[in-house]
Amino acid sequence: MIETPLTATIQPDGKPLDVTGYERVGGYQAVRKALKMTPEAIISEIKSSKLRGRGGAGFQTGRKWEAVPKRDEALFLRYLIVNADEMEPGSFKDRLLLEKTPHQLIEGVIIGAFAIQATLAYIFVRGEYVLALERLARAVVEAQARGYVGRDILGSGFSLTIHVHASGGRYICGEASALFSALEGRRAIPRARPPRSAVSGLWGKPSVVNNVETLCCVPPIIERGANWYLGLSRSVDGGTKLYGVSGRVKRPGLWELPFGTPLNEILFEHAGGMQEGYECRAVLPGGASTAFIVPESFDVRMDFASVQKIGSSLGTGNIVVLDQRRCPIGLLRNLEHFFAQESCGWCTPCRDGLPWVERILTAIEAGEGKVEDLELLIHHVSFLGPGCTFCDLAPGAMAPLASGLKHFRSEFERHINEKACPWHDTKDAWT
Amino acid sequence: MSTVEQDFVQEPLGPRLRHEIATITRHAEHKRAACIDALKLVQKRFRFVSDGHLAEVAALLEMTPAELDGVATFYNLIFRRPVGRHVILLCDSVACWVMGGAAACAHLCERLSVKPGETTADGRFTLLPIVCLGHCDHAPAMMVDEDLYGDLDAARLDDILRRSR
Ligand SMILES: Cc1cc2nc3c(=O)[nH]c(=O)nc-3n(C[C@H](O)[C@H](O)[C@H](O)COP(=O)(O)O)c2cc1C
Ligand code: SF4
Ligand code: FES
Repeated sequence: MIETPLTATIQPDGKPLDVTGYERVGGYQAVRKALKMTPEAIISEIKSSKLRGRGGAGFQTGRKWEAVPKRDEALFLRYLIVNADEMEPGSFKDRLLLEKTPHQLIEGVIIGAFAIQATLAYIFVRGEYVLALERLARAVVEAQARGYVGRDILGSGFSLTIHVHASGGRYICGEASALFSALEGRRAIPRARPPRSAVSGLWGKPSVVNNVETLCCVPPIIERGANWYLGLSRSVDGGTKLYGVSGRVKRPGLWELPFGTPLNEILFEHAGGMQEGYECRAVLPGGASTAFIVPESFDVRMDFASVQKIGSSLGTGNIVVLDQRRCPIGLLRNLEHFFAQESCGWCTPCRDGLPWVERILTAIEAGEGKVEDLELLIHHVSFLGPGCTFCDLAPGAMAPLASGLKHFRSEFERHINEKACPWHDTKDAWT
Repeated sequence: MSTVEQDFVQEPLGPRLRHEIATITRHAEHKRAACIDALKLVQKRFRFVSDGHLAEVAALLEMTPAELDGVATFYNLIFRRPVGRHVILLCDSVACWVMGGAAACAHLCERLSVKPGETTADGRFTLLPIVCLGHCDHAPAMMVDEDLYGDLDAARLDDILRRSR
């Protein structure tokens, strides 16, 4: 049987365990153990587990924690911030953890905060996640009542306050440095780096931002050890992953599987393959900011390095399936509409470039495109690519476009030559 | 805006709401950090944030109204214009688009006689597009006020509309 440390305590009815129930299944044992370790020992264990951030970029969690100045080097306040903004289109994994196992997240927050010696933690949740916000707030109160959160936790001398913050709603808030601005009550504009946020983040203090799923991995690693965690994986990186599939598959959903499970196994065994009458054209492997993967490459292992090797990225590991009944250009227009709308407007290439891309795609989809438009799109791909803009929103927006121009070249040309969308009939269709 | 609504919005925040806002600012590390929470409290009571209320909140947070407006207009879930009794947030992101989100939108527009972004003539519903609601395995998805709905089809939409009085 495969082990599932992220979802093991989730109940069949989906209701979260309260603190007593969670303790009964072994909850908060990892906190007890961690508080008897040194912060250095915790960080070293997390490093050995090869846990990499589940927010999309895949940064080594242990190394991120290690970068925070030690307490004797810098006395002031430092923060641990949980990124529960989950607005990457096609991603729904963090909501499951927030709603169904809030105590495991809180346990991870306590251990992470102790490791970096943060006395304040914020859980930044997107405002639409009403149920998650309710359940988290209740869980924090319960944890406090049991002495896991608050002053002098379990007699260790370590104190921690946890605040749950509901976002005003904007995709860019999920970008780590923009998240600081949002928490400070400002427009969520990303910040220039350096300084690194490990040194100067929220209110100019050392800060670590971690994804929900990342922190939920921490208690099992501390409890059972890095070697056990490494052994769960089918890849060089440690552990398990919440993979998800949406689109016209037989069983859309989320599964906790060994890290590095091949894409075709996720699509055809777990999601049950395509529904009757639908064929898979391509997938976005990890949300709107990832490049398309076409069926020829479906044997790829879903880990950071393997997906990168075939020109895409793991992203959130929540897969969106494009079928043959939908127009690929329409899908690209949908994605670029999202990015254009959610651009924070700070830097010119992104603010002006993305709406332009959206307009070109809208025209091509409507049968009003010209051959030169393809050159313009290619130009934007390089103009908004990595290193050209202030943050990674714009390069993320270009990933599906660049790969779409490659894989759907003939569909682009058909729209332009026939002056119409070949999928016109399915545009407003339910199926 | 109907006259009823106008009377409603010109009412000041009142002592209770002002007290609630003062309480959350005390818990915040810096007053302005509580601004989204404060605006949401106003919205919970008045459904949207009018100019008068914005100015009152700004004063409580020691911000200028222009500064607070800059923040308020940045975020999708802060409404600076009146909305209906129920706000429908219909996901227009990629998984829902693949699963017939455009049809869901067309159906709602037809039933409510509105375009996305508009409020029905009777003030009952405002229809707003929203980005991915994290319910992609049950696409198409939407929220009505604080409730999340998935696997939408025409019959289900009609049923939800009927139940939201
Ligand atoms: C535009 C943009 C949006 C992002 N949104 C999220 C998000 O919603 N949740 C998240 O965990 N990370 C998001 N990220 C990644 C974060 O910047 C950051 O890398 C991550 O939260 C770090 O956590 P991890 O190391 O645990 O993965 C986003 C990045 C960008 C550029
Ligand atoms: S790339 Fe776009 S989202 Fe990022 S800072 Fe520039 S304008 Fe803002
Ligand atoms: S794309 Fe609509 S809920 Fe995710």
